[in-house]
Amino acid sequence: MTTAQMIFGRLTWDAFPWHEPIVVATFVAVLLGGAALVGALTYFRLWGYLWKEWFTSVDHKKIGIMYMVLGLVMFLRGFADAIMMRIQQAWAFNGSEGYLNAHHYDQVFTAHGVIMIFFVAMPFITGLMNYIVPLQIGARDVSFPFLNNFSFWMTTGGAILVMCSLFLGEFAQTGWLAYPPLSGIDYSPATGVDYYIWALQVAGVGTTLSGINLIATIVKMRAPGMSLMKMPVFTWTSLCANVLIVASFPILTATLVLLSLDRYAGTNFFTNDFGGNPMMYVNLIWIWGHPEVYILILPLFGVFSEVVSTFSSKRLFGYTSMVYATCTIMVLSYLVWLHHFFTMGSGASVNSFFGITTMIISIPTGAKLFNWLFTMYRGRIRYELPMMWAVAFMLTFTVGGMTGVLLAVPPADFVLHNSLFLIAHFHNVIIGGVLFGLFAAINYWWPKAFGFRLNQFWGHVSFWCWNIGFWLAFGPLYVLGLMGVTRRMRVFDDPSLQIWFVIAAIGAAIIACGIGAMLVQFAVSIWKRNELRDVTGDPWDGRTLEWATSSPPPEYNFAFTPVVYDADSWADMKKNGYQRPLTGYAPIHMPSSTGTGVILAGLATLCGFSLIWYIWWLAALGFAGLVAVAIGHTFNYKRDFYIRQEDVTRTEEARTRALAAGA
Amino acid sequence: MSLPSPSLPPWLSRRSVPILAAPLAGCNMVVMNPSGDIAVQQRDLILISTGLMLLIVLPVMGLVVWFALRYRATNAASEKDYDPDWDHSTKLELLIWSAPLLIIIALGALTWLSTHKLDPYRPLDRIDSNMRVDPRVKPLTVQVVALDWKWLFIYPELGIATVNELALPVNVPVRFDITASTVMNSFYVPELAGMIYAMPGMKTQLHAVANRPVTSKGLSANYSGAGFSHMRFAYRAMDRAGFDAWAAKVRTSPVALDRPVYLELARPTEKAPVAYFRTGDARLFDAVVNLCPKPGQRCMGELMHVDMMGGAGKESARDTRGLQYDFPNSHVIEQTDRNRGQETAPDAAGSAHAPSADHSNHSGANAHAQHQ
Amino acid sequence: MSSTTAPLPGETRTYHLAEEPHLHEGHSTMLGFWMYLMSDCLIFAILFATYAVLGGNYAGGPGPKDLFDLPLVAVNTAMLLFSSITYGFAMLAMEKNRVSATQGWLFVTLLFGGAFLSIELYEFAHLIHEGAGPQRSAFLSAFFTLVGTHGLHVTFGSIWLVTLMVQVARKGLISANKRRLMCLSMFWHFLDVIWIGVFTFVYLMGVLR
Repeated sequence: MTTAQMIFGRLTWDAFPWHEPIVVATFVAVLLGGAALVGALTYFRLWGYLWKEWFTSVDHKKIGIMYMVLGLVMFLRGFADAIMMRIQQAWAFNGSEGYLNAHHYDQVFTAHGVIMIFFVAMPFITGLMNYIVPLQIGARDVSFPFLNNFSFWMTTGGAILVMCSLFLGEFAQTGWLAYPPLSGIDYSPATGVDYYIWALQVAGVGTTLSGINLIATIVKMRAPGMSLMKMPVFTWTSLCANVLIVASFPILTATLVLLSLDRYAGTNFFTNDFGGNPMMYVNLIWIWGHPEVYILILPLFGVFSEVVSTFSSKRLFGYTSMVYATCTIMVLSYLVWLHHFFTMGSGASVNSFFGITTMIISIPTGAKLFNWLFTMYRGRIRYELPMMWAVAFMLTFTVGGMTGVLLAVPPADFVLHNSLFLIAHFHNVIIGGVLFGLFAAINYWWPKAFGFRLNQFWGHVSFWCWNIGFWLAFGPLYVLGLMGVTRRMRVFDDPSLQIWFVIAAIGAAIIACGIGAMLVQFAVSIWKRNELRDVTGDPWDGRTLEWATSSPPPEYNFAFTPVVYDADSWADMKKNGYQRPLTGYAPIHMPSSTGTGVILAGLATLCGFSLIWYIWWLAALGFAGLVAVAIGHTFNYKRDFYIRQEDVTRTEEARTRALAAGA
Repeated sequence: MSLPSPSLPPWLSRRSVPILAAPLAGCNMVVMNPSGDIAVQQRDLILISTGLMLLIVLPVMGLVVWFALRYRATNAASEKDYDPDWDHSTKLELLIWSAPLLIIIALGALTWLSTHKLDPYRPLDRIDSNMRVDPRVKPLTVQVVALDWKWLFIYPELGIATVNELALPVNVPVRFDITASTVMNSFYVPELAGMIYAMPGMKTQLHAVANRPVTSKGLSANYSGAGFSHMRFAYRAMDRAGFDAWAAKVRTSPVALDRPVYLELARPTEKAPVAYFRTGDARLFDAVVNLCPKPGQRCMGELMHVDMMGGAGKESARDTRGLQYDFPNSHVIEQTDRNRGQETAPDAAGSAHAPSADHSNHSGANAHAQHQ
Repeated sequence: MSSTTAPLPGETRTYHLAEEPHLHEGHSTMLGFWMYLMSDCLIFAILFATYAVLGGNYAGGPGPKDLFDLPLVAVNTAMLLFSSITYGFAMLAMEKNRVSATQGWLFVTLLFGGAFLSIELYEFAHLIHEGAGPQRSAFLSAFFTLVGTHGLHVTFGSIWLVTLMVQVARKGLISANKRRLMCLSMFWHFLDVIWIGVFTFVYLMGVLR
């Protein structure tokens, strides 16, 4: 071993992908953009502000917003991957190899899946739950505010590792779940799978801890009077999603530990030889993987419940059955994992068992759909953007659900598994369910977070681009699936397929316009924020507690802890003539900001990076630092402070004046 | 035992398929119009299940659109119906839980029956909807090995083998025994039957039958590395005479598929051309499934027997000769001088590698050192 | 439906508390730590499951009967069980606010934990020396990982124990320190329970099978 290897491990100049012009161009663009950003932050002297007010903040609202920003940034990256795939597949016909070689293309589809699930969908829903849940239950913050900050930075650390792989070494070429033996050291010797493992491990710690945090918050910190059956539905679905997180992410962690031991220590869990069993990995990863699907969708079911009820100006139909449906889905999601590999050759009885349990999930899901439907029934529906997304969801998701049940019939799955029909199905539920839900949520809660509404025009443009683009992009994939075309193909030899891929690429381009319109919508709304200003704190005639406070809420959320009598507590307060108290403010006890979370997550990321590159000394150092800083943090007993009475009074009186001026 | 078949009544399947396919004229929806009976039954199952679900999905989507329009705030008619506190109805609750439940009960029953009937391990009992299997006819066996990145088909009864070309006689039941050499693949002929995974060290099975002569494609449906996209093979169903002539032609191949030829074949290559072989080693497929195609490798069956006996004693700890199967950089096509001889199929005969160095190669650090 | 709760006639509802309900410090810590333990338990469940599936794959090598030294493991088990008992004594002393007794029992616990780890390391070194390292077979991979993960937990538990002893020495048995000692107590006993599973399923059943 040379000295250079001792210091830099396997990190050499060759690790930079000089030979990939696309990557180099991206790298240059990122460098320039990054330099511009850093320059701007320095010029406007924003570093101190960002560090003090945001990075080290333990305020659940700020952390929630940071999660959303992370999700948005990674969404652009993941979507760039999607566009690259669409172009490649529309191109590579008649002997053409397209413009991506296998080494590059295989990384692109792996990265697309990993990023969209772990670093887009997860930050988005975690951010949403972080922001909304404490407000909905009338709490001042989460149970463990420091942990919350730490969790966010761990998720960010994972995302940073994935982004590193773009310019240093390579990402995994295994598909998003990295099945061994392909992901084993013998078949994937380079850094790709190691990036995958450590990015997911670092982010996974954050996710698990944030799950624990939110469960504790919901269980322990509800406002007086809010019994479980008086919780807002979004809080209910968040609770179930977080139970799923806590009960499934450790499985992912353990499974990836075993895979990394195979890769680093030469053990034989998932190897072909020495008694290893790759099928074990496939089972374990899906025991995590299927609940993960419901972790993503359940909170959005909650969003739709809030949105449909609010914009129909009506109580949610069937609150109780909604809650039971959510809990049923939560439990059943653990009994269906094998439907991801019916084709592995299990016996007919095993396959039918898992097929039927999968179908059973469609019963509570169907019940939920009916509940939204009957909430609209005899309502007075206002078609604001969130409600438009909700209706689009109901139509789109139904189709996705139907094709999903179809895939749950094992013999049908034998012809549809791994086909583009499957790809169309899960994009149908993830885009139609999770993304549409997020767009509804963003449009719905944006005024709460920032005090002004989002621009309608650009919202409409985005809405129609997304809906039309979605069907153009994924309708053809359903057809292609029925033509026997399977996933992860880089080149094709049947020219009759090309037209469908071209249509799909056009669909993706229209979706790109939808994303662009959304960014324009944000920009225009921020630009014209004074015209869109909402001083009431309740722009939609909302029904739950988050609308009872100002927009944006003060750092302590509520000057007085609210008392709850009804599931739609704010609607109940308004109906019974609730008057906002104007005197009697008291000091408020709050957690203090701390930079420890940033430092710990930074060390963990560094540790992951050095393990990827076999820089053993740095990994050891990073880990020792991690332990030392964690221990050091426990010696700090003073972690909270009181907001002074004068400050509370000043904030609240400002709001009183604003309300009076607005009325 | 004969399970009820979930196939469509002939009038329906004959008419509905063209109707469904009409807007898509010009493209070959092979999954909707296959030429093998198993795939036909799977197609029927897709149509029946979809029909069952549409029973509830269509009304729901209709109701969504209707309610969305009918109860919009700008519709004056919605005003008199407005009832902000109406949030419960036991009758409706009963309906919204029981309607999906009924559909799922029907679909669940269909699933149970069809999954057992179309179990890939189950020998066929019919050739097509009109013809039962003649019990005197022995099914044709085809042994399938997914190599990097091509397909090997061995016809043990006919003494022939091919690469990237699968030929079948029509109306003869076929049993595929499927395995892989290094990583997971999926054996899929859309014309013929659903897919089944091909996995190293394991044997999966698929029973199927071709019903009419056709020339088409089969492929790997599970991503397996850099050469995966080109991992396709020609699929040709022929009448008996044509098949016999084809087999005779293959049998004239000068090359016998023995271990050295197999090991050479197993090296990773892309876009491998069709190749024909005589059988050279009747036990080759068993050796591949048992991860011991190379001289000196110990077969899994033997190892499992030792395991069943409770292990081979303390002394066996250091004896790792012939146990290693995976090798570093097995998937690298461009062979450099450094790693030559380390791939899955090193120069076959007489390559019993040094026992001591055998497994130490396995650790990540060393694997990488060789990669450099 | 019960969720519709109109106010009763004559009932006036107060919609906020004039007085701040004081959530005591660390109000959620026990619940949160308990959930962490359950998630950790799930990791062990996966490792146990992996051992159950792969534990019979000796790859033509030695099996449990050839390798396990039951008397040694029994001694090891005793060390861990004793450490749990002494931790219990520490907690009893803590309840009575006796700082030095608490510290003393914590130290004894640490000694037992150290003994457990030393014996385990000796066992591992011995196996590896004989060629039966984690690379030898899937059985040994699963064995080393399951037992090693438990050992790693005990190691971190010990580091935590030392940290807490320092904190108790500096600040005394204040409520924050008591809460931390309670958490570590749960952690320590949890590891005991896991070890009983390891001892039964891996060692006893391995040798008796």
